[in-house]
Amino acid sequence: MAPRIGQMSRFNITALALGMAFLYLPIVILVIYSFNDSRLVTVWGGWSLRWYHEFFNDRAMLDAAWMSLRVAALSATIATLLGTLAAVGLVRGERFRGRALFSGMLYAPLVMPEVISGLSLLLLFVALNAERGFWTVTIAHTTLTMCFVTVVVQSRLASIDRSLEEAAMDLGCDPVQAFLRVTLPLIVPSIVAGWMLAFTLSLDDVVIASFTTGPGSATLPIRIYSEVRLGVKPGINAISTMVIALISVVIVIASLASKLSGSQGKSAAPL
Amino acid sequence: MTGESPNIDTPKIDKAAASARPAAPADAAADMPLLRIEGVTKNFGSFRAVDRLSLDIKAGEFFALLGPSGCGKTTLLRMLAGFETPDEGRILLGGRDIAPVLPHERPVNMMFQNYALFPHLSVRDNIAFGLKRAGMARAAIDTRVGEMVALVRLEGMERRKPDQLSGGQRQRVALARSLARRPKVLLLDEPLAALDKKLRESTQQELMELQRSLGMTFIVVTHDQEEAMTMATRIGVMNAGRLEQVATPRDLYEAPRSRWVAEFVGDVNLFDGEVVSHDHHRLTIATRDAGNIVVAEQRQMVTGTAVSVAIRPEKVKLWHHGPASDAGHSHAVNRLAGVVADVSYLGGSTVYRIKLDSGTVVRSSMTNTTRLDIHTYGVSQRVLAWFTPDDGVVLER
Repeated sequence: MAPRIGQMSRFNITALALGMAFLYLPIVILVIYSFNDSRLVTVWGGWSLRWYHEFFNDRAMLDAAWMSLRVAALSATIATLLGTLAAVGLVRGERFRGRALFSGMLYAPLVMPEVISGLSLLLLFVALNAERGFWTVTIAHTTLTMCFVTVVVQSRLASIDRSLEEAAMDLGCDPVQAFLRVTLPLIVPSIVAGWMLAFTLSLDDVVIASFTTGPGSATLPIRIYSEVRLGVKPGINAISTMVIALISVVIVIASLASKLSGSQGKSAAPL
Repeated sequence: MTGESPNIDTPKIDKAAASARPAAPADAAADMPLLRIEGVTKNFGSFRAVDRLSLDIKAGEFFALLGPSGCGKTTLLRMLAGFETPDEGRILLGGRDIAPVLPHERPVNMMFQNYALFPHLSVRDNIAFGLKRAGMARAAIDTRVGEMVALVRLEGMERRKPDQLSGGQRQRVALARSLARRPKVLLLDEPLAALDKKLRESTQQELMELQRSLGMTFIVVTHDQEEAMTMATRIGVMNAGRLEQVATPRDLYEAPRSRWVAEFVGDVNLFDGEVVSHDHHRLTIATRDAGNIVVAEQRQMVTGTAVSVAIRPEKVKLWHHGPASDAGHSHAVNRLAGVVADVSYLGGSTVYRIKLDSGTVVRSSMTNTTRLDIHTYGVSQRVLAWFTPDDGVVLER
């Protein structure tokens, strides 16, 4: 990118700067104000780490963060497992009955309004008389993020030549070994990318989580949201900055992983 | 070698390969072909890819399945490898029905058209893949991989990944990988299709030498007749799921059994007509476009039978038209008078298209045996195209 900027016209540079500012200025301001010493959100009072310090002493906030991380990790893992299996079924089991229906139903959560997903899950859990908390949020997030994993893995799997598995069988692998020894190593990067995607989606979800969580087991976004309703406190900026940092790291790793998997050419960039 | 286990067992397979060599007459049971295909049919939905096909292939043969795309040749190969199961018929390998044997248990290996090299494994690991699955000892694997790498001349490339190799090198890795298990039969699906012309020709020679030195049975699928004729000892020409003819390259070209084969293999002039008379193994055929043609033919044919006469372009010679030269070539029984319509100089040969007086075009191919153009003919020159009775082939229509 860098050498090309020199060749860009003034108009292009301005447009780029304005576009970037539109997208990222709020985040930059949030990050800067997270280091603000003042108690007032809008008044600059010099650099300080006090709000970070405060967060690490806020038991409720820490619990919520820990809850979010656990939910995200577990739901992403289950979603990756199920989503990968679904992708394998869709790509490799080409001719089964009801494939189109299965594929359509799998992708429904992609377009379903979250409020509706959340509400329907809430109704289900109430009907089942399930105690709402960690497990219900995890299940809800699994259903939300599974389809994203499937999309990512499916595109990679579709680009892998079927004859690779046949060659493996020809050389002495039974079908399961052929999958484990040849196909799986080739789709691992996309599985990792899918997991990361599911993880971040779960981490920043507030709508579905607020429907499916119970008292005493708020996730971080819910906690932040309820704090903000009582007025924005500077501490929120610090928490948000850390969440942004975490998600940025995950996204960078995920895109690196998918780039790695795209060394054959055509894996669709999932992010 | 009939009852052998399909598992890789080095000394045993070595022996099998040795006895498969045509030079070794020891095996008394060699009467049974190595591979027998009996009335095999394969349908894909309502499409019949292979239609009641029967074929015997002997040990040590280099057999080519030749046909246009969609003729079923790849399907047949895939049935031999075990990726498709026949709907009807049997496939016997060494006398044993291999229908219930899964691909990974068959003593057969396949070289895939796109090579299907494992992109995440190095050259060495690609070649060793099948050996590891067979449970060979580490040291033995190393030795065998070394042999294979030397065989396909890829020394120094062992650590590379497939995407760091050229097309020709990838082809060699694929070959080495499929040979490493020392299969009884090696199946090659369009092995040279992805190579450029020069490389293809040299690789053809290498494949032939390899097959001869290993004494292995090769079955190659190709749509390229030149490739099939160069490499194979026998060729099966396939069309619409059936074998049109199984013959040596020479017989296929010089004695095609059907009009379809004559047209598919090489270039040909065809004249439709019917049998007028038959004596002393000479058939006289009245053709619509070229008058009466006399052809040597052993078979008895009833007068009035509808036939085609096929003559290869290089069998059609030209002479300056004129009574004197005409008389001088009285042994040239079949004479077709016409005008040179166009001339294509191809380097090694020149192809003349002669427009006969009836309007039909006959092609004549002349080898350019001299550098100077003494025996050439110009466009719109009147010429006499002639060929002997032995050069024509009678095909029933």
